[in-house]
Amino acid sequence: MIELTVNGKRHSVDVEPEMPLLWVLRDVLDVKGPKFGCGIAQCGACTVHLNGEPVRSCSVPVSAAADQKVLTIEGLAQRGQLHPVQKAWIDHEVPQCGYCQSGQIMAAVALLGKNRDPSDKDIDAAMTNICRCGTYARIRTAIHAAAKTLKSTKA
Amino acid sequence: MKTRFARKFEPARRKFLKQSAAIGGGLSVGFNFPGALAQKAGAAVEINAWVVIRPDDAIIIRYARSEMGQGSMTSAPMLVAEELECDWRRVKIEYASANANVKRKRAWGDMAAVGSRTIRNSQEYLRRAGATAREMLIAAAAQQWGVPASECSASNSFITHGAGGRRLSFGKVADAAAKLEPPKDVKLKDPKNWKLIGKSVKRIDIPDTVMGKQRFGIDVQLPGMLYAAIAQCPVFGGKLKSIDTAKVEGRRGIVKVLPMESFVAVVADNWWRAKEALRDVHIEWDVGANGNVSSASLMEFYRGGLDAQTDIATARKDGDFDQAFASAAKKIEAEYYTPYLAHSCLEPMGCTAIVKDGNVDVWTSTQNAEASLANAAATAGVPLENVEVHRVQLGGGFGRRGGAQDFVRQGVAIAKAMEGTPVKMLWTREEDTQHDFYRPASLIRLKAGLDASGSPLAWYSRVSATSIIATLPRLPLKDGVDPQAVASLNDLPHAIPNVRIEYAQRNTHVPVGFWRTVGHSQNPFVRESFMDELASAAGKDPYEYRRTLLAKSPKDLGVLEATAKAAGWGQPLPAGVFRGIAQTEAYGSYTSAVAEVSVDKNGEVRIHRLVLGLDPGYVVNPDNVVAQMQGSSVFMLTAMFWGEITIKEGRAEQSNFHDYRMMRLREMPKVEVVLAPSGGFWGGVGEPGQASIAPAVCNAIFAATGKRIRALPLKNHGLTLA
Repeated sequence: MIELTVNGKRHSVDVEPEMPLLWVLRDVLDVKGPKFGCGIAQCGACTVHLNGEPVRSCSVPVSAAADQKVLTIEGLAQRGQLHPVQKAWIDHEVPQCGYCQSGQIMAAVALLGKNRDPSDKDIDAAMTNICRCGTYARIRTAIHAAAKTLKSTKA
Repeated sequence: MKTRFARKFEPARRKFLKQSAAIGGGLSVGFNFPGALAQKAGAAVEINAWVVIRPDDAIIIRYARSEMGQGSMTSAPMLVAEELECDWRRVKIEYASANANVKRKRAWGDMAAVGSRTIRNSQEYLRRAGATAREMLIAAAAQQWGVPASECSASNSFITHGAGGRRLSFGKVADAAAKLEPPKDVKLKDPKNWKLIGKSVKRIDIPDTVMGKQRFGIDVQLPGMLYAAIAQCPVFGGKLKSIDTAKVEGRRGIVKVLPMESFVAVVADNWWRAKEALRDVHIEWDVGANGNVSSASLMEFYRGGLDAQTDIATARKDGDFDQAFASAAKKIEAEYYTPYLAHSCLEPMGCTAIVKDGNVDVWTSTQNAEASLANAAATAGVPLENVEVHRVQLGGGFGRRGGAQDFVRQGVAIAKAMEGTPVKMLWTREEDTQHDFYRPASLIRLKAGLDASGSPLAWYSRVSATSIIATLPRLPLKDGVDPQAVASLNDLPHAIPNVRIEYAQRNTHVPVGFWRTVGHSQNPFVRESFMDELASAAGKDPYEYRRTLLAKSPKDLGVLEATAKAAGWGQPLPAGVFRGIAQTEAYGSYTSAVAEVSVDKNGEVRIHRLVLGLDPGYVVNPDNVVAQMQGSSVFMLTAMFWGEITIKEGRAEQSNFHDYRMMRLREMPKVEVVLAPSGGFWGGVGEPGQASIAPAVCNAIFAATGKRIRALPLKNHGLTLA
């Protein structure tokens, strides 16, 4: 049995230790926000936070998440309030098909967790997830907007 | 909100579906599944196939096609709402049922979201449905008041009588309205009176996406569901010879290994176990006759099409090309090549199905629910009426999920073999990349003859390529011409007196299909690059050269001028920065692009600015159209810099994003969109944006370096996107 905490809830799962975290989330725990895109940590559609760090869950064995905290898109809103990144994503109509967007949002939240006021270069470096529909320009705009919101709520 | 997979139109089937929602958690969605909203409030009234009204004045507008990010699930209902005169804030959108479409004699018409045609092909009947419902609501209110309907009007979900101001809400008269005979010939609004069309409206599906609640095909969860991973013969068209399952027998979670005609499926209690076990199933394939085919042998075959004297179809013939070319003051000849491209939808192909008691339920990301339904019925051997294709969001489509439907046949075949148990089949990225229906490769020879002033007298193109139409839907070609293969060449709008366009149909074992913008994703690159060659040979400015030739094609000219003006064509640029321009028609819309580019000594191409113009006639949801143009830029830049599927030993060489490269955020250039709707026609939006980009960028590269790009992708020329 492997124990892990997903979005604040503790789970015990009886699976192979090498089973990727993504498939434990999706097929065992029915947490469908993280998506499968490539299986080789290239596209980032499966991005979740492991102890606050963004990871590509398709390439993280569940054993590496044992007794750790996993945050997925489903756990981002707090007390019914969307995260400022989610709000900015809605305000700027970022998604098209939306398949990559939970990964994009988790990557953006992680970036803003470390860097409250990222430059375009910082965004370039941090946001390496693939969006096949081509929402990159709006992702950039929305990250800057969310940074502004975070700054004003802090002040 | 929890929504059932409820089926309003077939109560007998509801039990299973209801149960699945209860145990599986259902699908939480912001829009709704067929009949769900109408059922929720018992008294909801269907005014017609598209409009359902609840007593609390909620307006339910049905959407028949698919949503894959193109935004039509919002913009198509806007057309209904415009004429209905309802309060858009109270509009809810639900999918029309594919099963009901069979039973109700296609009350919702074509359900396919392909060819950039959702708006342009359904705008008239959608607006008519809204107007018809409005007239019925007005008539019902007028009857209740005992006044002539002509004294009443509708606005914002209320019917008002004259100046007196008596009002009734739509919900109050819906029941009576539904009983009236629909008027036959309603009058549609003059576009100048539109209130909703042309205003940016928030897309209905975005909030769920942002909360992680959006449900794609891959996310379907059913009680007792099993999971399947599949392996297909690596050589296209090959068959299964034998399998040895010794290594996976008794392995944890493995339920069954299914040897099918052209693939092997492992069925397990989760997908990862199925996929892992599949690697340990020893499979022998009969690869057939194509095991030695390579990119080089294919190129030779296509080249044969350029040189052939027979088996050639003529797509257009104006005047006498040969004579005009022979007497031309200047002759220009060139060959262009565009490669095979994979779709790479970020959600890999998949299909969930259950076959039980002669019924089939399918959940799949499809661009054509009717085609999915027909394929499911044929595979399971049941009548169409016994099948439902439950609607989900698509994780990208780009043409892959429309015509082929291979994934539905596979998913239903697996479910049939596992009768009574729902099975979710999902492809790996490797299967997805190596078993696509690729954008065709195309080799094109061009010749042009100029007169002494540099004006073109004669234009010739011969396209050698596989026909999608002949090999995928397997339809006969009219006069031997596949219109996709010669698109934007056969309809060359320029004032050139002698034109001959030929098509050499050269079909191979490499499967081809519709890929976002299809023929217009490649031929405008060829046409508009060659046009630049002519302008250059004539010593003319490429913009002015096109303007002269398009003087009698007002829509092409209009968008060219609007784009050039926005880009500041002719104005000075910083040192080292150069412009390129292109223009084309695609999917009933007119596009143009101006690229500003610099190229450094390492071959890094920096796109300083990309100005994209579009005239789609009418713009329904402007911000969404801008988004489509931005997305088109990424799709085309990805293709033109890196996109190429190569063939070795009969199979695709590329397999995943490490060797089939996608553009990233850091490479996104500044894109400025110029919407120039000129009115009077309805053009497409999802695809046209791509058409002018590659030639504009390549023409700018020529201006910067003197190097003419005649084959894509640019990585093969030592160029990359900075």
